[in-house]
Amino acid sequence: MRAELTIRGIAQRVEGPLLFLERAVNVGLNDAVTVTGGDGVERLGRVATLDEDSMIVEVLESTAGLGVHDTVISVLGEPICFDVGTNMLGRVFDSVGRPLDGQSPIPAARRMRIDGMTINPARRALPRDFIETGVTAIDLMNSLVRGQKLPLFSGGGLPHDRLATAIAQRARLRGDSGEEFAVVFVGIGVSHYIAERFRSAMEISGALGHTTMFLNLADESSTQRLLTPRFALTAAEYLAFVEGRHVLVIMTDMTNYCEALREVSASHGEIPGRKGFPGYMYSDLATLFERAGCLHGNPGTLTQLPILTLPGDDIGHPIPDLTGYITEGQIVLDRNLDRRDIYPPINVLPSLSRLMDYGTGEGFTDADHPQLASQLFAAYANAKRVRVLASVMGQEGLSEIDNSYLAFGDRFEQELVNQDAPRTLEESMELGWATLAELPDAELTRLSDEQIQAYVWRHRRRA
Amino acid sequence: MTDARITWISGPVLRARTSCKMHVSEAVLVGDSRLLGEVIRVDGDSIVAQIYEDTTGLRLGDGIEATSQPLSIRLRPGLLGNIFDGLLRPLADMPGDTVLPGMREAPPQTFAFEPSREAGQRVAAGAAFGTISLGHVREQCLAPPDTGGVIDSIVAAGEYADDATLCVLRDDEGREHTVTAGQRWPVRRPRPAQRRLPHGEPLVTGQRIIDTLFPVARGSRAMLPGGFGTGKTILQENLAKWCDADIIVYVGCGERGNEMAEVLNEFPGRKDPRSGRPLLERTVIIANTSNMPVAAREASIYTGVTLAEYFRDQGLHVALMADSTTRWAEALREISGRLGELPGEQGFPAYLSSRLAEFYERAANVETLAGTRGSVTIIGAVSPPAGDFSEPVTSQSKRFVRCFWALDRDRAQARFFPAIHPLNSYSEDVEALASWWQAQGNPDWAAQRRRLLTLLGERARLERMARIVGKDALPPRQQLTLFCADFVNEALLRQSAFSPIDRFCSPARQTSLMQAFLHFIERAEQALDEGVELERITALPVYRHLQRAAEDIPEDKIDRFHMLLSRVDDEFDRLTPAESHAR
Repeated sequence: MRAELTIRGIAQRVEGPLLFLERAVNVGLNDAVTVTGGDGVERLGRVATLDEDSMIVEVLESTAGLGVHDTVISVLGEPICFDVGTNMLGRVFDSVGRPLDGQSPIPAARRMRIDGMTINPARRALPRDFIETGVTAIDLMNSLVRGQKLPLFSGGGLPHDRLATAIAQRARLRGDSGEEFAVVFVGIGVSHYIAERFRSAMEISGALGHTTMFLNLADESSTQRLLTPRFALTAAEYLAFVEGRHVLVIMTDMTNYCEALREVSASHGEIPGRKGFPGYMYSDLATLFERAGCLHGNPGTLTQLPILTLPGDDIGHPIPDLTGYITEGQIVLDRNLDRRDIYPPINVLPSLSRLMDYGTGEGFTDADHPQLASQLFAAYANAKRVRVLASVMGQEGLSEIDNSYLAFGDRFEQELVNQDAPRTLEESMELGWATLAELPDAELTRLSDEQIQAYVWRHRRRA
Repeated sequence: MTDARITWISGPVLRARTSCKMHVSEAVLVGDSRLLGEVIRVDGDSIVAQIYEDTTGLRLGDGIEATSQPLSIRLRPGLLGNIFDGLLRPLADMPGDTVLPGMREAPPQTFAFEPSREAGQRVAAGAAFGTISLGHVREQCLAPPDTGGVIDSIVAAGEYADDATLCVLRDDEGREHTVTAGQRWPVRRPRPAQRRLPHGEPLVTGQRIIDTLFPVARGSRAMLPGGFGTGKTILQENLAKWCDADIIVYVGCGERGNEMAEVLNEFPGRKDPRSGRPLLERTVIIANTSNMPVAAREASIYTGVTLAEYFRDQGLHVALMADSTTRWAEALREISGRLGELPGEQGFPAYLSSRLAEFYERAANVETLAGTRGSVTIIGAVSPPAGDFSEPVTSQSKRFVRCFWALDRDRAQARFFPAIHPLNSYSEDVEALASWWQAQGNPDWAAQRRRLLTLLGERARLERMARIVGKDALPPRQQLTLFCADFVNEALLRQSAFSPIDRFCSPARQTSLMQAFLHFIERAEQALDEGVELERITALPVYRHLQRAAEDIPEDKIDRFHMLLSRVDDEFDRLTPAESHAR
């Protein structure tokens, strides 16, 4: 199957990541090749264009040191694949799936294409299993379910790594099954420091044994950066759909990935789209994010938690914008909340979990959960509106009701969003009812009379 | 059979040398796995083609097979209730969990055919000559739109495969045509109809903000622009579930795979409120998820609208949901870029607007060739980058639609759904539909609608003013306007897609609700004029009942609105200016 063919002396030109070759062999489009320069370094590449007498190979690693005369090409005769197998958990790999931890390569049980195959939408099962992360702003307000892809929109200096690590350590299903997630951590263009901090956090909590790490460090080539999530997701798919595990993939930082995509696109001479990013960035990101999901008749699931830092804290930037159109919601971290020392600084209003309605409510979490969340959203949105009013004309100019909204808003941020220890969903819901007790009944239009009497009144009496 | 050989290939575009005559827009099959493609340029003996699927592994010299016809789909019985990809290949019977490339025709299906005409009778082009039953679904069996004549022979009632000859027609020139239940139709060509009819009745969607404020007529076209997270998909799915069309064609174009799973998961269990049959039986799903090949995304919209026209021709009312047309336009842009065409605004090709026009113009209320009435209503979602409505796809689409339902980020963030903004949206079908509401027993609909819109418009103005001078500084009358407008927003326009009672609201219940609110507002204004303080009006207990009315009063208890109305009257009657001094 792997008919390797080695040819030398066909290189004609090197231009950025592109290697122009004489077409001496019959290869297929997108076939993998290895390019070895005079320096003896082996680089991965793929066939990007075929012409009658020439072909272009996109070198996926640095082309520094490549020449025309001494370059040797090996043709593998198949697209880029990753040898996956048992015992991948607990291991650390580099950008292109080579062990980094000094241990021997994993015994290959299966050879899988790193581009993955499109999951047949008719075979997808609807993700419905609520994941308890212990974070109230997520569990209560924007619930995560198994098989979902829910990114963290963050900014430089915000505690997204801490939050992601906490979720990776803590995430579990409710009830007695309590199965642990296998975690695949994908560092895309991250610093050594972040990678090490994640590793040690997982080690301390004893979760390292079910964690696989793929590290593409900040100083590695940008073409390689595009491969790292693909290798990692291939491993995750193997763990989920072949070994039948529940896999949580944490990818940080997707902004680095998109920057690399822009760089590579520019070096191909493609027409740039918005802010110089290529027009196909949506489709490209989709080929990564759409690899999350659940399948009918398969016990495994693949949940994604990508992290991206918003360039200039701008949610309208093409990277978060296109991501938001593909993923099933987003968790947005807010610099103002962070400044006020609220952890996790999740701004619940722009945050969203699209699959929440399928994984919460009667039979999933709690029958009153959806209405409670909806009422909290409505009240907090109004509290924010009143705050704007108050900043213009002072608190004295506000009506009594508006003042109760101000009190609600503060309590919501300080007591409900802010937390220093993980909470169960029950604890989160109790807090939710308690904060709503700040408001008069007539304002609670999204709750039924029964809900108000059963839950809100109890807290009002206490207050 | 090989008609051409690949000489250059990059991504989904290839060049080939051919020995036979090929035409622009002709479909081709490429390589051993017969990947579907389309010729986009002819130059001497070479052609340029775009391939609709993953081209990994194609080699120079691989063969290309010409099909001698434009990109077509096979319209046939048994499509309802199924899910297909953008080229109408069935996804449900594909082996394995992933989508495999290459053309495969669906295995022929058998069905019960019953002729409605006999030999010697005349069948006009596009007219029905029998009916087909497949399980509970009955469909008309039509002659192709370009074939008519006198029946030479027709089969007896019985079970047939969809490629079996059902009848033989002899046209006026004496040529014989065999007619099967399935027929091919090129997706980019609109199917003909006898004539277009004016719009006269609404597509009842069961969503108050649409039916009451911005209604869409059958055969009309609407667009639904909104940034991510504003609820486009939920609204589209809701329309697909509850609107009173006979057939739903749901095109998931460049969207999430899980959304298709949502539809497939939910529709079989939900009953069509009119027929009592599972919703899936009236639905066809075309799925080209965001990670499926881009070129097929471009085709999927046409596949969807061709299907819709096929059902329209059987005398049915069809609603086409296209989610999202932006992904389709981006597919156009991507292909155009690969061909090296001169880019227009934001890189989109210059022909974007004419393609959009062609698409939306296929929505129509018609008299079919068979002489029946049918319609195709198009509802297209648009996903503008960063929620900016001035971008090309939104602004160009706006030129061709009659209803514009603008989704608003602020509303969505407060979980106010459907997040259609009442001041930025419009419907041009209002005039045509006023008489329909009149026939439903609400002659004042147009005036009531105007009243609500004025109230909401006034609110925006006063809100700006209140931000400067403070709410308390506004005169009581204006404070009342703010109060009532918030009330209308929250209690009338908000409608939960997940509430078992309120997810669907019939026109009768919509009318009752609207009348109850307007009555309250009228009485409140009257009381204020008589000197009752605003605080006492807003503290009336009936206010909360009205607020919960949409959630609390189900379809089968509409008479409870009378009680609500008399309660409003009772409480206002008891409010007297004198009483206020007693407090």
